[in-house]
Amino acid sequence: MFRLFFISIFSLFSQLAYSKKSVFMPPEASVYARDADQLYSFILNVSAVAFVLIILIIAYFGIKYRRKTLNDKTPNMSHNFALEVVWTIIPALIFFFMFGWGWKLWNQARHSPNGALEIFAEGQKWSWSFNYKSGRTSTNVVYVPVNKPVKFILSSKDVIHSLFLPAFRKKQDAVPGRYTSLWIQPNKEGEYYIFCAEFCGTGHSEMIAKLKVVSFKEYAKWLSNDPYKGLSLSAIGKKTFKTSCVACHSSDSTRKIGPGFGGLWGSTKQFTNNKSALVDETYIRESILNPNAKIVKGFPKGVMPTFKGQLSEKQIRGLVEYIKDLKE
Amino acid sequence: MSDLLGKNYINCEKGLWSWLTTLDHKRIGIMYLIAIVFFAFLGAVFSLILRYELFSAGKDFLTALQYNKVMTYHGAIMTFMVLVPGIPAVLGNILLPLQIGAKDVAFPRLNLLSWYLLILGAAIAIISLFTTGVDTGWTFYAPYSTGSAQSGTIFVVLGAFVMGLASILTGLNFIATIHQLRAKGMTFMRMPLFVWGLYATSIIQIVATPVVGITLLLLVAERVLGVGVFDPKLGGDPILFQHFFWFYSHPVVYLMVLPGMGVISEVVTAFSKKVIFGYKAIVYASVAIAGVGFLVWGHHMFVSGQSDWAGVLFSFITMFVGIPTAVKIFNWMTTLYKGSIEFRTPLLFALGFLFVFAIGGLTGLFLATLSTDMHFHDTYFVVAHFHYTMVGGAVMAVFAGLFYWWPKICGRMYNELQGQIGFAFVFIGFNVTFFPQFILGAMGMPRRYFDYLPEFEHLHAVSTVGSTIVNTGMVILFVVLYRAWKYGEIAGDNPWNATTLEWQTTSPPPHENFTKEMKVTGGPYDYA
Ligand code: HEC
Ligand SMILES: [Cu+2]
Repeated sequence: MFRLFFISIFSLFSQLAYSKKSVFMPPEASVYARDADQLYSFILNVSAVAFVLIILIIAYFGIKYRRKTLNDKTPNMSHNFALEVVWTIIPALIFFFMFGWGWKLWNQARHSPNGALEIFAEGQKWSWSFNYKSGRTSTNVVYVPVNKPVKFILSSKDVIHSLFLPAFRKKQDAVPGRYTSLWIQPNKEGEYYIFCAEFCGTGHSEMIAKLKVVSFKEYAKWLSNDPYKGLSLSAIGKKTFKTSCVACHSSDSTRKIGPGFGGLWGSTKQFTNNKSALVDETYIRESILNPNAKIVKGFPKGVMPTFKGQLSEKQIRGLVEYIKDLKE
Repeated sequence: MSDLLGKNYINCEKGLWSWLTTLDHKRIGIMYLIAIVFFAFLGAVFSLILRYELFSAGKDFLTALQYNKVMTYHGAIMTFMVLVPGIPAVLGNILLPLQIGAKDVAFPRLNLLSWYLLILGAAIAIISLFTTGVDTGWTFYAPYSTGSAQSGTIFVVLGAFVMGLASILTGLNFIATIHQLRAKGMTFMRMPLFVWGLYATSIIQIVATPVVGITLLLLVAERVLGVGVFDPKLGGDPILFQHFFWFYSHPVVYLMVLPGMGVISEVVTAFSKKVIFGYKAIVYASVAIAGVGFLVWGHHMFVSGQSDWAGVLFSFITMFVGIPTAVKIFNWMTTLYKGSIEFRTPLLFALGFLFVFAIGGLTGLFLATLSTDMHFHDTYFVVAHFHYTMVGGAVMAVFAGLFYWWPKICGRMYNELQGQIGFAFVFIGFNVTFFPQFILGAMGMPRRYFDYLPEFEHLHAVSTVGSTIVNTGMVILFVVLYRAWKYGEIAGDNPWNATTLEWQTTSPPPHENFTKEMKVTGGPYDYA
């Protein structure tokens, strides 16, 4: 424990000493990120100087005016109008300068340029799904071309989520019942994290997606790609499982939010209404499209979202095949 | 309590029943202290569980759901059961009448009722532990809280509602007391600054708490009866919840900090033996913070989906809170100038407050500024920031106040060396715990994460070590206070040679505080 502690302190200082990027911040992947970091650095420097001054002055007074005798005389300094005006106005000026600078960048950040590439992004417990205008959909991964403005139009299927792109210094809540948006213009190819930043329940910290910034050519190729080309149904199912179901189901028999799928096929399930059924194709299909029709005993109702309209027929068939293969 | 101390409020009656039915504000204050120390202990246990789960990446000994519950209990207990009642109900109750030369508060029965309401509310909230628990986070955001969250939520929300009543009644009582019961000659501008802090706090309690009360009831109505207010599926608006919630919960921050600042003002003057610098400025700053505090709630919601213009306005108004805060810090610093400074435990805590609160305030600038907040919002940066302001601010101030007034409260002096050791643990541990969290936030670590990426691990480890140190410090401090109460040396009526009225009666004070009527002829800090 203590070793880890010291290594950590050391790594912190070495990070500080050798980093060229803004102190503590992740790499910058857009012009806006650079601009926001400049403001960040400004506030950081002002704060650091102010803080050090405050502490030094207190320390100096503490040493210099330490009590000498019990009957020390102290002056009757009750106020000083000029001094007080000065130290009210100076911080005020600095604060409003920060406000103005922040406002300027905020305006840039909130107004996407015309012609931005629009992608619908929907949060649900606990994954992000993306919908391109071409009809292409993807889950927990989104490809965008470098140096082009991209606008995410956010919504949520259940509770509030928040799309957070640290490398772009931006986030925006995805709120059920309305659309919000967030735009970026990546200037570096690479892979970046998308976190969910608004607490959304048990799987909140697993709700992580990837933003892949690629060349336009690669992007176009990805867009027209059939992601399942040449794959067996079961392999399609596995892929779909990994993106859409794994937050709540395991591929063996361990319980997560929902039951594990290992050994599910062909078993007989008990439901909360005391009925039971054999697990077959129809049952699995119904569980995916209309999950509240039958609730497995010992599990909560209303937690599993419907995937109606979100998964294609091919994916559903794939899932059925995949589940057939899973042993306990 | 031996007879060495003469007849006083502690030994004038005996037995548990005499405490549970007491109308003496000092005894009620002690009962608050005992209850709140117990709640704080619970909250701290939850925080240690959290920190050890987060010690290394990956799942350790909790499941994600358990983690979320622990996180929620830590936040809800510390906010509603420790910080909100903390300084006003403990130090305020004990000292407000003493500082203004009154026999008691204006409505002693109401005062006792408030205590019982707090206990009742806390009990309701704690019952939820034996049901499914709560996993919403202390903010109860809809539609998670009104829908798929654990059903124990209802208990905690109702408990918070009842505790809100306690808080409103205390505020009412204090305002009436301050208006009606001041000693002869004590004009408003001659009141001690702690009293001013309580006055500003009481206004917040009265104005803001009903709003959160109604919000919590609406939440229960939606969850239990399906009345659509917040959930869009029922025709509601989830952002409305956030507006209501923060309309209370932002001022609540000042509810914790303002009386804390009052304590700091008292302690800084007493231990520099010098008139406070800028008395009027501090008074106006307190009132200004309380007032402006009502107009800044939207800065919690810059990226929530509220309008862009609302964001701009809220950012602008938030900057106004920074100004009186800065002014107060300068005033305290100047009070030290040419003083006769004695480094006793209360002053160490007051200086610790300045250190911690300055960091808390300055990091607030990153969050008040629109574009930087877009990055920091809902990350560990925010977690660190509000712990620096609220815990750093309120906890440092509570201990400054407890150690300063302890000789008055129990008539006995604590052990100085032990007090300073406790301070060192708390101060160092606190900074080791929370400073790394600023860095985590900047790096992009979102808050309320059960699990995290490996690159965040080192800093989390440091933070966990810090939390162990700070909690050790808390234990030490309470042991020191307890030992003083039991075995401390007799302190005398005015061990600090301080000038406010509470020091002019015996220690501990008699049942009705003063044996003669008090008269005031000058300002509260007549040291020169
Ligand atoms: C948010 C969590 C969540 C997600 C995501 C989720 N499920 Fe579920 N699922 C549950 C819960 C909880 C249950 C048990 C309650 C019930 O029967 O509805 C369940 C039950 C099931 C069942 C019945 C299991 C049994 O043992 O009888 C099947 C089949 C199923 N889910 C398939 C899927 C598939 C396929 C996906 C991905 C496309 C998926 N689920 C995604 C939570 C989830
Ligand atoms: Cu989420």
